[in-house]
Amino acid sequence: MDIYTNEGKKKLIKENTPRSTLGKNLVKSFLIGGAISGGGEALRILLLKIGVAEKQAPVYVSLTIVSIAAVLTLLGVFDSIARHAGAGTLVPISGFSNAVTSQAIDAKSEGLVLGVGAKIFSICGPVILFGLAAGVIYGAIYYIAISFGW
Amino acid sequence: MKRITELKAPAYFIASAAVGGREEWQGPLGGSFDFIDPSDSFGQSTWEMAEAEMGRVALNVALRKCDLSHSDIDVIIAGDLQNQCVASAIALDSFGIPHIGVYGACSTCTESLMLASAMLSLGSYKRVATLTTSHNLAAERQFRAPTEYGAQRPPAAQWTATAGGAFILSTDDEIINENRRRGLPVSACITDFLVGRLIDGAIKDGANMGAAMAFAAADSILSYFEESDLTPRDFDLIVTGDLGAVGSRILREILKEKLPSAVSRHEDCGLLLYDMSSKDVHAGASGCGTSASVLSTHFLPMLERGEVGDILFLSTGALMSQSSLLQGNSIRGVAPAVHLKSLTANNKRSSDKISAPCCNNDEVRISDTEAYEKQPSGSNAEGKPGYTRPDSGQISENNGESEVRG
Repeated sequence: MDIYTNEGKKKLIKENTPRSTLGKNLVKSFLIGGAISGGGEALRILLLKIGVAEKQAPVYVSLTIVSIAAVLTLLGVFDSIARHAGAGTLVPISGFSNAVTSQAIDAKSEGLVLGVGAKIFSICGPVILFGLAAGVIYGAIYYIAISFGW
Repeated sequence: MKRITELKAPAYFIASAAVGGREEWQGPLGGSFDFIDPSDSFGQSTWEMAEAEMGRVALNVALRKCDLSHSDIDVIIAGDLQNQCVASAIALDSFGIPHIGVYGACSTCTESLMLASAMLSLGSYKRVATLTTSHNLAAERQFRAPTEYGAQRPPAAQWTATAGGAFILSTDDEIINENRRRGLPVSACITDFLVGRLIDGAIKDGANMGAAMAFAAADSILSYFEESDLTPRDFDLIVTGDLGAVGSRILREILKEKLPSAVSRHEDCGLLLYDMSSKDVHAGASGCGTSASVLSTHFLPMLERGEVGDILFLSTGALMSQSSLLQGNSIRGVAPAVHLKSLTANNKRSSDKISAPCCNNDEVRISDTEAYEKQPSGSNAEGKPGYTRPDSGQISENNGESEVRG
């Protein structure tokens, strides 16, 4: 056994570190993530039925999921669900909502401007930055395509 | 160079106290804590202040136990997990005790005991106190993510303990005799210590600190027995701080090859503090409060009752920050060791007497902790929440929240 080189240590660590139970985690995240997405779709259909415009319905759905996730975060329930759901709550917009709300709650004790204001997007910052950047690139491509009449 | 420092006079534990939060209360040692707040908030509005309050309560209870006032303490060596050790600084300012702040990540407890015993051996101090705290939610906020952030933790991740421990040490014969006259037990001491070396843990995964620290623990244990005349057979237990399930497994693998007689004597505080079947704790407890509170609630009482004679006690520290990990640096481990000796146990034991009550198997199992559940756990066996030791004029219970005066 070699415990004096990094390779030896890494080998020993790898052999003794348990892996996540992938199968169980996948099933749980599929079911919970699926339930959120399925619920969202049901709500969209319902909104269309009661006469909401087709372009607006998805926005209302997103808002509803964001609000519910924010309230669950405030109640301290969200992290208990996410512990099981993993990507199931992270990937839908609920994960974004939780990242913002939880950071806001935490930063509250440090003041409104330098606490909440400065830190609120520290976790979801990458989503905002790269989401916007992707939007700009997509917009540019779209603009060029339109102007060439494609 | 000689690495083991033999103390001129042993440093005696004249009092100790442990405080904890909800998870710690529900763990197998829950009934032995001196003070528990199941809300984890200790009556404060922020988790950082809760950690400070926890330290204040711990020191107050330790002082009450040996009937001392803060002015009787010459120096306090204190540390916690927050930046610049601010929790212990806030906790201690009202006491007016000369203060040394130490940061050894999760090794702070042993680090401060080691320094306290070294200072006492200078002869100019009569009583030196140490204080170590960590708070789960304050640590989450500082090192990981907001407290309500929803994420899945990998199985190797550990749970930072909301716990603290205070110890008061002395080498002065008069103080020890005075304590005994008053019926206060003095039955354990530190006889020698070894300062740990910094060992590269070879990983950059902040969720697997136990593995990173295992090599530092192994280095200290191997160095100790290389230099000392003693062998692992002279010790009843070799206790590490917070290696957890993964780190303990790695340490035992190493010891199995390099020092086989040490394997059956190894125990880990991180595996003793919580009910390991609880889903959230994963690989066990971490944080400097782990070794401090388990030493106070479990190992010191064992030494006092004479169930064990000698313990090699190592707290293990993982030195890193969020930035150092993101910048690609691996975690460094450090593991200072102190030799704890019981004054009540028969120290002339034969080599066949091995009193390690569990861990005869080199595999770390959940049932490792079960052996402790039936153990008598002090005067608060029912483990009621809130204030659990009604002997203090300084501390009172207030609707389940702690309140400390003076």
